[in-house]
Amino acid sequence: MVLVAIIVYILIKVLPEIGWTFLSQSPSDMGRGGGILPTIVGTLLVTLLAVVIATPFGIGTAFYLAEYTRGGILTRIIRFSADSLAAIPSIVYGLFGFIFFVTQLGLGLSILSGGLTLAFMILPTLIRTAEEAILTVPQSYREVSFSLGATKWQTIIKVVFPSAMRGIVNGLILSVGRCIAETAAVVLTAGSALHMPKSVFSSVRTMAVHFYTLASEGISMPKAYGTAALLIILIFLINVVTNILVNRMAAKGR
Amino acid sequence: MRDNLKIPRRKVKLKTDAADLYYGSHHALGGITFDIYERSITAIIGPSGCGKSTLLRLYNRMNDLIPGVRVEGEVYLDGVPLYDRAADVVSLRQKVGMVFQKPNVFPMSIFDNIVIGPRHQGIRKKRDLEEIARKSLEAVSLWDEVKDELKKSGLSLSPGAQQRLCIARALAVAPEVILMDESCSALDPESTMKIEELMLELAKKYTILIVTHNMEQAVRVSDMSAFMMIDERKIGRLVEYAPTSEMFSNPKDKRTEDYITGRFG
Repeated sequence: MVLVAIIVYILIKVLPEIGWTFLSQSPSDMGRGGGILPTIVGTLLVTLLAVVIATPFGIGTAFYLAEYTRGGILTRIIRFSADSLAAIPSIVYGLFGFIFFVTQLGLGLSILSGGLTLAFMILPTLIRTAEEAILTVPQSYREVSFSLGATKWQTIIKVVFPSAMRGIVNGLILSVGRCIAETAAVVLTAGSALHMPKSVFSSVRTMAVHFYTLASEGISMPKAYGTAALLIILIFLINVVTNILVNRMAAKGR
Repeated sequence: MRDNLKIPRRKVKLKTDAADLYYGSHHALGGITFDIYERSITAIIGPSGCGKSTLLRLYNRMNDLIPGVRVEGEVYLDGVPLYDRAADVVSLRQKVGMVFQKPNVFPMSIFDNIVIGPRHQGIRKKRDLEEIARKSLEAVSLWDEVKDELKKSGLSLSPGAQQRLCIARALAVAPEVILMDESCSALDPESTMKIEELMLELAKKYTILIVTHNMEQAVRVSDMSAFMMIDERKIGRLVEYAPTSEMFSNPKDKRTEDYITGRFG
């Protein structure tokens, strides 16, 4: 109910604000006028980069933990680290990203620094959700696969992975949501430049950061609400589209 | 009961020689020695927890999946040792297929369920896979029922049909031996009857080894019976091994007699 109330409140506030101009133009006068196109592009690029970097590591680690080292001491160490990392406030990741990627590696305030930092931030969540999904695959599936003369690798790729797919994708959606909504870690690593990014080394302002800036500095509340609403719509769209894709994939089996 | 007298003259398919199995410190099977004959049905019977399934899983090395398992002694398939250091587990499991207690259909289409084994072996051509699927389904008399809906999920079938699908899936790998671990216990009497008919049919080509709690089933389908029990140290032992007709009409061991006349277990 509360959630619906929040969404309805924001949507009512902004419906007059969102139009084609809002979506297709660059902001002018620090965000008081114009649209928010660069921040949409920035959000998508940073998130995409983070997910593309983190997903292989996350899923790989999850399979390693669940299938190869079940119960070992190494598993416990990795699991404990992942849990601890998941509990760290995002600003700490931001600070780490700022020190390591932005200054140490000299990547500057950029899409690349932001994406890498967010990749670190979502990695623990990805690992744990994927691992949970893998562990819920019935042991009997593995037994059957082995009994049919499959190798361990074939069992993992052909039987365990497809069965765990839904859970893994859920973790992925969760991570995408966190990336899109992140502010603290992004301001410190991707910056808050308002222009259109030219390459991965450009600094960008994501929608969440834009919203935060507009609202906290009192630049333009209508534009701030417009950005917030678009943010919600974007997350909603990503959820719906991935769900449709996963359902279509799973439909073959169910 | 089938003509059991000819069985001992058949070729030995699986030779179990003084096999011992340990789960960590637990001694689960002790000194198992007996021969299983080609193209026959051998039933392993005995009370719960006596190691029937463990013995069955000795033949496709399925026990290996459990951490801490150790096997002593040797098992030979056509004279080739299974527990040799150089033995290849994957190719062993292609020769020795298994059907489990519950119908373990994968959440995939009927077609994908059947050809998963051949695909692992590297068969990619659609024509070949279709041929394998058709033959395997015909062997379990499921082809006419599902030939138009191979793309449908395997889970949409009835439990009895699912179990036959599982048998077809095992046959698709072209095994020589089929292990069946209480494969009818989750099914209704009619489906059970169908599977039993199927077993008798398959025994013309394959060596079949079943674990069953159902004594009538052992009598109905098997040529040879192996009765197991745990001894006073909780080690699973083979008590008696004989042609089924002989064991059920004239058991040699007192414990076998007590079990099959229903005095315990």
